[in-house]
Amino acid sequence: MGRFKIKKQDTFIDMTPMSDVMVLLLTFFMLTATFVKDEPVKVNVPGSVAEIKIPEANLLTIFVDTRGKVFISMDTPETQRAMIEQLIREDVGFSLNPKQLDELSKVPTFGTPLNTIAGWLELESAQRTEILLKNPEAGIPLAEYQEDGSKIGDDQLKLWVAAARKANGKNMGIAIKADSKTPYASIKKVMDSLRDVDENRYNLITTLKSGE
Amino acid sequence: MASLDMGGGGEGKGKQKKMNARVDFTPMVDMIMLLVTFFMLCTTLLKPQTMQISMPSDKDDIKQENKSQVAADKAITIILDKDDKIYYFEGKPEEATVYETEYGKDGIRKVLMSKNAEAMKKVEDLNREFANKHSSNVKQDEKYREEHKKRLSDIKNADNTPSAIIKATDEATYLNLINALDEMQICFIGKYVIDKIHEQDLDMIKNAVPLKK
Repeated sequence: MGRFKIKKQDTFIDMTPMSDVMVLLLTFFMLTATFVKDEPVKVNVPGSVAEIKIPEANLLTIFVDTRGKVFISMDTPETQRAMIEQLIREDVGFSLNPKQLDELSKVPTFGTPLNTIAGWLELESAQRTEILLKNPEAGIPLAEYQEDGSKIGDDQLKLWVAAARKANGKNMGIAIKADSKTPYASIKKVMDSLRDVDENRYNLITTLKSGE
Repeated sequence: MASLDMGGGGEGKGKQKKMNARVDFTPMVDMIMLLVTFFMLCTTLLKPQTMQISMPSDKDDIKQENKSQVAADKAITIILDKDDKIYYFEGKPEEATVYETEYGKDGIRKVLMSKNAEAMKKVEDLNREFANKHSSNVKQDEKYREEHKKRLSDIKNADNTPSAIIKATDEATYLNLINALDEMQICFIGKYVIDKIHEQDLDMIKNAVPLKK
């Protein structure tokens, strides 16, 4: 009889080693990772062999997407707020009420002509992204610099960069994050604009190139 | 697996009831899994790399002009055009022949490396010299690295090294520009400048010597 008796198996699995490993993994991720900043404008940055890391704090990022539209973002809401307040003080015909100012300080990335910013802020966040991505009017207006140094059009990026520099001091870094497929003409406009406000040192954001 | 002996045992008198000391970790594992998943999805590990560039300023125009005159006959001009085409010529534009080339190690890099062979050799020597100079002492290690950096920049910016002028047409892409800047780093060219393209350059690339396949 005993021969046919099925041995009672213990179905209890010891989870202790598993939980050990998991805690290790969790600790690793918590210590090494940085949170992804929500960027409505997706840019696919080119790879390069450069190994310099991007500055940690106080960084103004200028996004240039494939259509050549320009968007900007500061790394923290506080510095972004300082930049916006500075621009309002500059008296360039740009003003926001306190609620809009709060809102604009918090948006991760923005880029519409100055006169439409207030209207853009009234929208839901999904609609905002939609406008940034689809609307032909989106993007901070740039001037077209001619061969002889004269320029056509209103250069608002210049205003933003100058305001950011004034508000956030000498240590503020400037980075250009452009898509691989962005035509050089758009990059040139951004660079010309930066040169016009005497910003001659900046970073070009790339990813690490694999291979070669 | 350490498991407690349950049941069995003898029929000893005054036997204490054996408690099951095992704690069920399954809920804990569940929770931690969730946390790990959250961190994996919401964070990035890689910090983006950057390339630092300094552009000539508008203000010191005169100085810049002097510089480019000095450099003109030692300079190599790289022109980036649409459809990933790349051209180069050496020396003054009036008397130079424009060659078409390609990106990557068999194209423009070969050209730049042969131009900059002297500096490349020096860098190699420098790297060999510093290859064994590692110290467990953090401060000492830092010192070595500083020295290495300084000497590398000395080599790159020495008077006899070539300088490069990068010009891009409006149809070239950002990727082309980054690739060209990358080559500067790979070939240890310390003096390079991104310049505006002129009509004259556009005419020149029309008569470029085509790439031999």
